[in-house]
Amino acid sequence: MIPENSAVSARNVTVAYGSRVIQSDLTFTIRKGDIFIIMGGSGCGKSSLLRVLMGLTPPAKGSVFYGNTDFWGAPEKKREEIMRRTGVMFQSGALWTSRTLAENVALPLEYYTDLSPRDIRALASFKLSLVGLAGFEDFYPSEISGGMKKRAGLARALALDPEVVYFDEPSAGLDPVSAARLDELILQLRDTLGMTVVVVTHELASIFAIASNSVFLDAKTKTMTASGDPHELLRHGPDEVVEFLTRGKGRDRGENQ
Amino acid sequence: MQPAFDIHLEQETLIVRASGPWSRQALSSAPLVPDAMTKQAFDALPNAKAVRFLADDVTDWDSVLLAAFNAVAQKARAAGIPADTSALPGGMGPMLDMALAVPPRDGGGKKEEPGFLETVGAKTLAWPGITKNVVDFVGEVSISLARFFSGRASCSPRDMWNVLRECGVDALPIVTLTSLLLGLILAFVSSMQLKLFGAEIYVASLVGVSMVRVMGPVLTGIVLSGRTGASFAAVIGSMQVNEEVDALTGFGISPTDFLVLPRVLGLAVMTPLLTLYADVAGIAGGFLVGVIMLDISPAAYINNTIQFMTLGYVWTGLLHALVFGFIISLCGCYQGMRCGRNASAVGRATTAAVVNSIVGIIVATSVITIILTVLDL
Ligand SMILES: Nc1ncnc2c1ncn2[C@@H]1O[C@H](COP(=O)(O)OP(=O)(O)O)[C@@H](O)[C@H]1O
Ligand SMILES: [Mg+2]
Repeated sequence: MIPENSAVSARNVTVAYGSRVIQSDLTFTIRKGDIFIIMGGSGCGKSSLLRVLMGLTPPAKGSVFYGNTDFWGAPEKKREEIMRRTGVMFQSGALWTSRTLAENVALPLEYYTDLSPRDIRALASFKLSLVGLAGFEDFYPSEISGGMKKRAGLARALALDPEVVYFDEPSAGLDPVSAARLDELILQLRDTLGMTVVVVTHELASIFAIASNSVFLDAKTKTMTASGDPHELLRHGPDEVVEFLTRGKGRDRGENQ
Repeated sequence: MQPAFDIHLEQETLIVRASGPWSRQALSSAPLVPDAMTKQAFDALPNAKAVRFLADDVTDWDSVLLAAFNAVAQKARAAGIPADTSALPGGMGPMLDMALAVPPRDGGGKKEEPGFLETVGAKTLAWPGITKNVVDFVGEVSISLARFFSGRASCSPRDMWNVLRECGVDALPIVTLTSLLLGLILAFVSSMQLKLFGAEIYVASLVGVSMVRVMGPVLTGIVLSGRTGASFAAVIGSMQVNEEVDALTGFGISPTDFLVLPRVLGLAVMTPLLTLYADVAGIAGGFLVGVIMLDISPAAYINNTIQFMTLGYVWTGLLHALVFGFIISLCGCYQGMRCGRNASAVGRATTAAVVNSIVGIIVATSVITIILTVLDL
């Protein structure tokens, strides 16, 4: 049932807070090397779904598979090992505020490797330069702007060279140039490191530039109404998805010019 | 001119017509008008098949008028009656349409305030859940401690160091001050009674024994609850708000190992040490009173203190301190880890941490005292 090349798959997943169901019956497969987009209006449950996929909150029903392993059915040790191989960039950045940027990136390395402090520092600097934050190693999160926090969050997500990276609205709050750079970076990471990338975004420029697969969550019916390559969905998808992809597109152009 | 309205049925269409000035300013001298209008409209709704809003004679308006219309229109929609806004002048129609464009969320609207009995019931029913959470938490910390002592849990050395400093060196001034004063007070109060028998010299042993056996640990515990327990809850709670705890979990790093363990271990080490220090400061306070006010010679005071001091008292005091250390760190970390996702939740967590640990300290003191008495120690 789980395809051969699946990195992460959701099977009949229901996301709920207590008795309040946010999304139900989600089934989709994120293939290895995919750039997979989770689309949908604000408040439809994209962030909540992401938390279930990355293993922070259990689903109300259904299962999440990493490869052939049922994540929530696996013992805690196995779960931690899977989580170590995934990286997350949170919507708010979620940097550890009592540590500098370099220390933020270094923490997982210190925890999991026996590298010398010097090597760890060099690695941290490298990850920070990747996201355009060279020279900010010794700044505290409270000393940098919102967009920079996001980028630092990305650098931290990449600390352990993860196999799957989750992004929650990566380009929100970034200027168009940085947003485009981030898209390029995501593509490069996929191409060079073979990462699987899961992105929550509204940014249509990003969706069409990078996506190879997607799922559309609908707030009204509380389930997914379409999945597949967004370019395909634009031509053959259900009306609300086409509207999302086209209406926003005109608006997106207007804003960026 | 006063704001006015007129509501009547015309061939099954409910006409809601407003006239006069309908602004916040105009309505402040006639505050009951909008309410009266919506009420009257609601009463007439069941007989209507459509609603039509008119406002031709309105001289001055702002959102107050739209809010009143909106209330009627929403109610009408809930009953499946269409609302016609096309006859409204100016921007009124489009704005009202905008408000009506998205239907209200299911189950939305004003939340019912629970009654007294319901609140009591809900709080009672929450108890088993809370108990389970606490037991879960203590279990998790115990497992984490076991992992630590078998060398399989790494906790942040930096956090550990911070905790040792924060509840050790940094707490010294306030512990010095409070225990010294407590020693003074104990000496004063006991001397008043002992003077009656001419037994002032026993002030020394009384202060010494009570400080070492129970007052020193309790005082240290209370100071640390307010200082350290509160800061544990606030720090971990704001990390929870900021998703920093999730970020740890996201790396497969157990927040219990990483955040709770160093704090529990740190306090388990520092509380007994600080207690010993508090004992000495308290005895020094008693010494000052004894020597200066009661004319006891320094040598006699020290002699009397040592004569009645046993190692048993010291161990008892240290046992208290160790237990308090666990109570304070567990209360602080538990409240922090279970903190909600907003700033006021951090405040509540901090308060709860302090209150819980002070109550815990007093309960634990009585329990230990009873057990030791029964065991005749
Ligand atoms: N911790 C929570 N407890 C209860 N409800 C929540 C919580 N977090 C989010 N929600 C609700 O879940 C829904 C989806 O939220 P979210 O996943 O953040 O949406 P999105 O990321 O798509 O904008 C919202 O209606 C929100 O009110
Ligand atoms: Mg979101």
